[in-house]
Amino acid sequence: MAVAVRVIPCLDVDQGRVVKGVNFTGLVDAGDPVELARRYDGEWADELTFLDVTASSADRETTYDVVRGTADQVFIPLTVGGGVRGPEDVDRLLRAGADKVSLNTAAIADPELLRTASRRFGAQCVVLSVDARRVPSDGTETASGFEVTTHGGRRGTGICAVEWAVRAERLGVGEILLNSMDADGTKAGFDLEMIRAVRAAVRVPLIASGGAGEVGHFAPAVHAGADAVLAASVFHFGELTVEQVKNAMRAEGITVR
Amino acid sequence: MPRVVVLDYGSGNLRSAERALEHAGARVEVSDDHRTAMEADGLVVPGVGAFSACMRGLLEVGGDELVDRRLAENRPVLGICVGMQILFQRGVEHGVSAEGVGRWPGAVEPLRAEVLPHMGWNTVTAPSDSVLFAGMDPDTRFYFVHSFAARGWEEHAEAPSSRRRSVWAEHGEPFLAAVEDGALMATQFHPEKSGAAGGALLRNWLGTL
Repeated sequence: MAVAVRVIPCLDVDQGRVVKGVNFTGLVDAGDPVELARRYDGEWADELTFLDVTASSADRETTYDVVRGTADQVFIPLTVGGGVRGPEDVDRLLRAGADKVSLNTAAIADPELLRTASRRFGAQCVVLSVDARRVPSDGTETASGFEVTTHGGRRGTGICAVEWAVRAERLGVGEILLNSMDADGTKAGFDLEMIRAVRAAVRVPLIASGGAGEVGHFAPAVHAGADAVLAASVFHFGELTVEQVKNAMRAEGITVR
Repeated sequence: MPRVVVLDYGSGNLRSAERALEHAGARVEVSDDHRTAMEADGLVVPGVGAFSACMRGLLEVGGDELVDRRLAENRPVLGICVGMQILFQRGVEHGVSAEGVGRWPGAVEPLRAEVLPHMGWNTVTAPSDSVLFAGMDPDTRFYFVHSFAARGWEEHAEAPSSRRRSVWAEHGEPFLAAVEDGALMATQFHPEKSGAAGGALLRNWLGTL
């Protein structure tokens, strides 16, 4: 039997509260990350991702509390990203109970950070998060036609997304979270071409993100080479359950838990 | 309530192991104190990251000696992930071999698979008399994250130990997912991250204490 394709709900956490529309029925407190984590665990989510969107660093303590509270009660892997600047942030999150930490902007500014983190904490807990898009007509052409962006996809960097993934793998990351900024929010499906391009270039597990709108969208991402699929709003708004997504993938011959 | 010590030698997320064991019904202390660790009903040796770094950390707190002393008295020890790997004779990373605790023959080597690390939920094949997997459905999945593994036993001329039970999993090729060897048991996957299945396994282990 093969390793199962993972389905990963992603929660945006701001000052210790889940934001961006949570529409579950029967929740005592829809903004409580721990309660939501437990709910997703009950739905057979294979892993959870917290994206810390807290703007002020003074409020970041709340994130550690959330990680601690979740790790104390939910015994599935937990990845935390957003605002991770250096090895000390990684260390604190791991100590709080995160299993993996994802790096994005800070790694673009200083790629060596990936090597440092991987050497110190192990490749298994370092995830590179890439916000990528197709190079716009007025942008700088890249080898793959995809470029890395910052600022939530608003700013292009001119860095080739595929080359960046390859470089990060060499620097020691254990996994790549590939977010399509073009597909994000469209609910029109994953950017399969982007998944294929990155998959062909790296050997580490690949998480596809951005564009999921219906159950039928997930299997094509896996067939394009994703080892895991991540989604946020479709799960939070209760449009889809993790179980429905898994059933649809199973019907396509994909191994799920 | 069984008392368990999670050995603290600077390796990884100990909080999850502590909480999952508590959840499974143990009283848990995270410590590197030998007396505390000797007195506990069970000792858990966790471990993440590189084999050689884990081994260094283990030696610094005298963890190898602790494991030997406990096993000499037939006192249960459970290794998890790299905490399992270091129980073998050696680990080979990037072509360099590092010495392990050497309780079991053979080497821990890179897995030959298309995608590495082996990250996610996989099934295992356990013998019917397994203690850790007793009462579990063969479809049960556990959470793995590793690039290296013991891909088999190196018995050389010796006869394989009859009391040793091997549990296998596959990622690119077969490897040892768990071993039950009297008081010494270990899992390559993370029971503390394997949800309900992991909880059942930990309860099975606590039942041996």
